Amino acid sequence: MFDFKVVTNWIDNLLNGFLPPAWATFIEFVLIGVCILVAYAVIALALIYVERKVCAFFQCRLGPNRVGPFGLMQSVADMFKMLIKEIIDIRHIDKFLFNLAPYVVIAASVLAFGCIPFGKGLHILDFNIGIFFLIAVSSIGVVGILLAGWSSNNKYSLIGAMRSGAQMISYELSIGLSILTIVIFAGSMQLSTIVESQADGWFLFRGHVPAFIAFVIYLVAGTAETNRGPFDLPEADSELTAGYHTEYSGMHFGFFYLAEYLNLFIVAAVAATLFLGGWMPLHIPGWADFNQIMDYIPSPLWFIAKTAVMIFVMMWFKWTFPRLRIDQLLRLEWKYLLPINLLNLLLMAIIVVFKWHF
Amino acid sequence: MKFIHYSLQFARDLASLLDRWSFTHYCLQFVRGLWSLLVGMKTTLRIFFRRKTTECYPENRKTLTMFDRFCGELILVHNEHNEHKCIACGICEMNCPNGTIRVVSEKVTDPEGKTTRVLQRYEYDLGSCMFCRLCTKTCPHGALAFAPTFEHAVFTRSKLVHQLNREGSKLEKKQKE
Repeated sequence: MFDFKVVTNWIDNLLNGFLPPAWATFIEFVLIGVCILVAYAVIALALIYVERKVCAFFQCRLGPNRVGPFGLMQSVADMFKMLIKEIIDIRHIDKFLFNLAPYVVIAASVLAFGCIPFGKGLHILDFNIGIFFLIAVSSIGVVGILLAGWSSNNKYSLIGAMRSGAQMISYELSIGLSILTIVIFAGSMQLSTIVESQADGWFLFRGHVPAFIAFVIYLVAGTAETNRGPFDLPEADSELTAGYHTEYSGMHFGFFYLAEYLNLFIVAAVAATLFLGGWMPLHIPGWADFNQIMDYIPSPLWFIAKTAVMIFVMMWFKWTFPRLRIDQLLRLEWKYLLPINLLNLLLMAIIVVFKWHF
Repeated sequence: MKFIHYSLQFARDLASLLDRWSFTHYCLQFVRGLWSLLVGMKTTLRIFFRRKTTECYPENRKTLTMFDRFCGELILVHNEHNEHKCIACGICEMNCPNGTIRVVSEKVTDPEGKTTRVLQRYEYDLGSCMFCRLCTKTCPHGALAFAPTFEHAVFTRSKLVHQLNREGSKLEKKQKE
């Protein structure tokens, strides 16, 4: 299995060879920043295309198929349209907060994006509280949404933002507890350690029933966390026009749009990392030849394939289930998911203590 | 007496309330909800792999066939001898809500001294037709029909006015038994 540390170390040595260490580090930061932002934009565009195609297929349509082969260039064309559109000045808004909000949302998702292990050695932020940091930064996004709703001077935006606040704060609990279940099992919060310890079996298979329950709960809560259907109350096109981003236009709207899709990617990537072994190939204990063949597939490909499956499942949710009412949404969280989650956590602790897992 | 009745009623209500909020009900509701969600997901997944209904129009121009009920444009049905069934009664013209049809006819007296109306021009303005089918429905001789053609774009409105009876066509003679 190719370790991407070879590449990164080579660049590091090259830069340190002819530059003072401070400058070399600075240039590395800039390079990584550019890489993250490019990956961010490309993944968001790809996801918008995939979403439109998947949605169309679920509705017995073909989806975008005119721009480029199979409509592949459609979302690129949409991006250019969005970039050259005017940002409309709206009267009686809180100008500063209104302009700040999209950047808060996008900064939160870029920070979370940096924590994800994309492949062996392809890991930007990796430290001993990695998953904790990831949860913390991804929940900054709700501040941006609340700011957007508050500063828009529009009752629908405000309703959307308040719903979003209630929803995200509630579901943060479920996400946190389901991740905690896996943290107990892995015995570490460091993402690289979590991935490494799944080398001979993904946590979804090794963790018995509690891992599976945590996986399902994580998917439900993650869907809610990204404000996607069936939990898309903050946007609720048919009731609130577009919720918190009703008043936004041009690239400011584009930022919300990008962040929404990137959050989908992040939630799917974390699900893949925690439950499906991240970039680890599928290893079946005892099948040495099979494991050997699986090792030939490069690690980023494994990661992307697993994430893609998770994204498909979440899109499947979105295009199948009808939107919940706000009271149903909160009831699901507080009366069903939370108690189940707490029991599940206890069960996992018992299993780990008595070593009943594989 | 009344007090006992009310208190019994209250106890019964309380019991049913407890029953509704009981733990089994809670669990049952959860399982049922989960099951119905899974059924929904199965349905959508089946549709996901179903053949798509979208027609890629310019590409499949050669093979595209419209369905029978499609109204493309009005035609006067002609048989192989260049004969139509229109007796120029003008019922279609009268029934047309938009004044799309204009029937121009003349009176012709045959050698036996019988005067009949003969169709000269059957004018139809595609641009103002709303495809309500009142003309084809009311035609007493079934002379009219809708063709499933649909590529009607032209550059001037005057080109949308068609003459439906073909050059040199005449009335189809009724078969005598």
